[in-house]
Amino acid sequence: MTHNRLLTGGGFFIVQHTPLHVILNSMEETMNRISRFFGSLIVVLAVLAGNNAFAEKSITVMTHDSFNISKEVISHFEQENGVTVRFLKSGDAGAALVQAILSKENPLADVFYGVDNTFFSRAIDADIFQPYASPMLAGVPVSLQLDPQYRLLPVDYGDVCLNYDKAWFAAKGIAPPSDLTDLVRPEYKGLTVVQNPATSSPGMAFLLATIGKFGEEGYLDFWMKMRKNQVLVAGGWEDAYFGHFTAASKGDRPIVVSYASSPPAAVYYSEKPLSEAPTAAVVTADNAFRQIEFVGILKGTKSPELAAKLVDFMLSVQFQEDIPLQMFVFPANSNARLPDVFVQHAVVAEQPAIVRPAAIEANRSIWVEAWTDVVLR
Amino acid sequence: MSEVQLIAEGRGKHCGDRSKHLLRWLLFSLPLLFLALFYFYPLTKIVLLSFLPEGSWQPEKISRLFSSTVYLRILWFTTWQAALSTLITLGLALPGAYVFGRYTFPGKNLIQALLTVPFVLPTVVTAAAFRALLGQNGLLNGWLMSGFDLSSPPIRIEQTVYFFLLAHVFYNYSLVLRIVGGFWAGLDPDVRAAARMLGASPWQTFRRITLPLLFPAIGSAALLVFIFCFTSFGVVLILGGPGYATIEVEIYRQAVQLFNLPMAAALSLVQIAVNFLLMWLYARLDKRSKTTFYSDGATGSAMQPVLKSQKAWIGVNVVFMVILLVSPLMALVMRSVTGEYGMTFAYYSALFTTQTRSVFFVEPISAVSNSIGFGVAAMLIAVTLGLLASTFLASARSKGTSLWDAVIMLPLATSAVTLGFGYIITLNRPPLNLRDSIVLVPIAHALVAFPFVVRCILPSLRRIPQSLREAATLLGASPFQVWRYVDLPIIMRAILVGSVFAFSISLGEFGASAFVTRPHTPTMPVAIFRFLGQPGDMNYGQAMAMSTILMLVTCSGFWMIGRFDSLRKSVGTGV
Repeated sequence: MTHNRLLTGGGFFIVQHTPLHVILNSMEETMNRISRFFGSLIVVLAVLAGNNAFAEKSITVMTHDSFNISKEVISHFEQENGVTVRFLKSGDAGAALVQAILSKENPLADVFYGVDNTFFSRAIDADIFQPYASPMLAGVPVSLQLDPQYRLLPVDYGDVCLNYDKAWFAAKGIAPPSDLTDLVRPEYKGLTVVQNPATSSPGMAFLLATIGKFGEEGYLDFWMKMRKNQVLVAGGWEDAYFGHFTAASKGDRPIVVSYASSPPAAVYYSEKPLSEAPTAAVVTADNAFRQIEFVGILKGTKSPELAAKLVDFMLSVQFQEDIPLQMFVFPANSNARLPDVFVQHAVVAEQPAIVRPAAIEANRSIWVEAWTDVVLR
Repeated sequence: MSEVQLIAEGRGKHCGDRSKHLLRWLLFSLPLLFLALFYFYPLTKIVLLSFLPEGSWQPEKISRLFSSTVYLRILWFTTWQAALSTLITLGLALPGAYVFGRYTFPGKNLIQALLTVPFVLPTVVTAAAFRALLGQNGLLNGWLMSGFDLSSPPIRIEQTVYFFLLAHVFYNYSLVLRIVGGFWAGLDPDVRAAARMLGASPWQTFRRITLPLLFPAIGSAALLVFIFCFTSFGVVLILGGPGYATIEVEIYRQAVQLFNLPMAAALSLVQIAVNFLLMWLYARLDKRSKTTFYSDGATGSAMQPVLKSQKAWIGVNVVFMVILLVSPLMALVMRSVTGEYGMTFAYYSALFTTQTRSVFFVEPISAVSNSIGFGVAAMLIAVTLGLLASTFLASARSKGTSLWDAVIMLPLATSAVTLGFGYIITLNRPPLNLRDSIVLVPIAHALVAFPFVVRCILPSLRRIPQSLREAATLLGASPFQVWRYVDLPIIMRAILVGSVFAFSISLGEFGASAFVTRPHTPTMPVAIFRFLGQPGDMNYGQAMAMSTILMLVTCSGFWMIGRFDSLRKSVGTGV
């Protein structure tokens, strides 16, 4: 039997009575091993943690996961000022902002980038930014500057709107949509995929577009018709675009909520060079919502001068011209030249639907709740 | 033996008990310290801060929790979908566990490695895999439509309950397979043989002998699957569609989208309370059903199939597993080499030569090595802590044990958002200034992996008869020697299973780590999400290619751990 094998097979046991001190000795040995292991673990941890603390002069930017910029642009700033720029990515735009607010007593970073106008009031109310009237704002249109006290400075913007699959509409012989009201027509039944405003930031922006267009009294009526017309609601942008949009993968919906700058991205990232974008954006009057992204200097920064320099740099032409191809949004500085692929394939909403930031923060939960009741429940 | 000797011996034994008691708590102090620092402290502080933002209690923020039926419905939905997912997973995976526990056959190690791959896949990728297979324009619908001349796709499971139930099975199948299968292999075949000899039918033997003996492992696996599904975030969000929400989804929504921290904290507490109650009940039940039949864990009782019926049974099971788990993975691999214009390796070559000048761009090779580095670190921490905690739990006889057992499981049942935010406000001062350090990443992974490890090891540790240890002690072995030469060889297989899951939890960036702020050290899942963040064929294709690499790395990691297991078996433990 197995018992026997275990006991006799090894023959390592010392066949004699064990005095207490032997037990204690071996205990000691065990504990020594354990403490040695954890001692070394703690040393390793300390060294790793120390790396951050004792680095050379550095400045930290807290931002969301979608932030991107070219290496040489950042190196330029680093060399000019003799600093290292550290980026801390902290989840989606909402999660990053909440983390910045929670850490306001002892901020994680010097600069925060990525508050958009849907979260604008939350950021201002939390009082986590200090004013800085950057001279570079001269190049930024007044329509993008929402904070008269210069706590949040606009860096870029993107228009959330409908994108459609050009080839699909051409093949079916149906006219592509040119207005949000088209979506509720019978021939558009089951063609649209949107994002859930409760879990997605373009989804929220699109809900705001419908509130801006139809008003607080009319938007639910529109969404009720959308539901009747079998609108599909996806959890997030990735899922809607890559999971359901016909022009992006083997999806089954030829209309998706995305950005006005998505068509140039589809060209830029196509497998083979394209002369024409496979998708188009609908940016007719009152049919898009403009998402503006801001940067601000966090209160409690230990290097406010350097932080101000970085904000200036982010609004400078060099940084601004890098934005389109890294993040596929439009630069706020109107002196920045757009890359060719934007000039050829991107459109801008001349007259986006407008909802004030204060109204957004005050009504967000009410609007989203009402939307959920009408569309999902 | 003289009287004096007897007295001395008695005293020695007494002292031995006391020092053993002390040793047990010393062993447990480390996991306890870890939990206190990285779980209880951040959690308590974020809950307090949420409820008392300016030091005052704001009940109106959470009044809806009690006044509206919405939350009751969410709780109910969360519970039944988790229970149903658990039942289905158990039903489908137990036959597989039997096959893997009882038999050896060619390719077993590789199939087992493949079956564990789903565990690390990001939800978006799993969704893509299932859509490629079962979506409206997926492979299966395509075949059915052309084969039966149909005008519309016959399979429509998008955004239905079935879709995410299927995904829950896909994710958790290997959990049951490995935990129960590993335990099954360690059952003493003689007990079964004895029952058969006494006239029991195979079914009676299974029901009356094997099943009760397996209960601790089945219970452990079921508990893990349940908690996993209860706290399901991405799977329900993406595959179930927004019509369904679990508590975890609602916590995220309240905390991040609506910035209603009191509500998020209250829901987190509800989630913790429900799971804690369940785990505590389970731990009490599990302790009572302690069984001590075991086989030599080093060799196990797995055998070559002899009868035709046995071979057929293995065949059927393997085919089923391949259809369920491997075909979506294959669909993914296919997608990564299929471009708009047919077969292509463009996505792979772009991964290595891409023109992007982004400051966040990483070579795929460093994403892989970052992932593996975090994985190994998290695995080491989780296995060390898990081993210590299981040793404590297995040797304890006091009433408090079930309570401690449930406490250990808490990190798994806790909302990732809540805990992530807790880190921000607590680990912010030296000596624990870790909140923006990469060290926090493996720690957060280990926190989630540690309960997994305990659940893997504990059933094996508990079935070692105390008499065996006593015999060893009597023969002069020190406690360490007893542990090293009696316990360790028997639980080695369970430790390996625990290591596999700890490693994969880390590789898949599971749970709290998603909300850990970190400097630029991209892992494979982070790289995948970066590609999926922007439109374009190349982005999608590279995401699929990166997912395939993630699968390959995971699979070879598991395969090597499996090889290590076989090697260990063939060399023997020398005991």
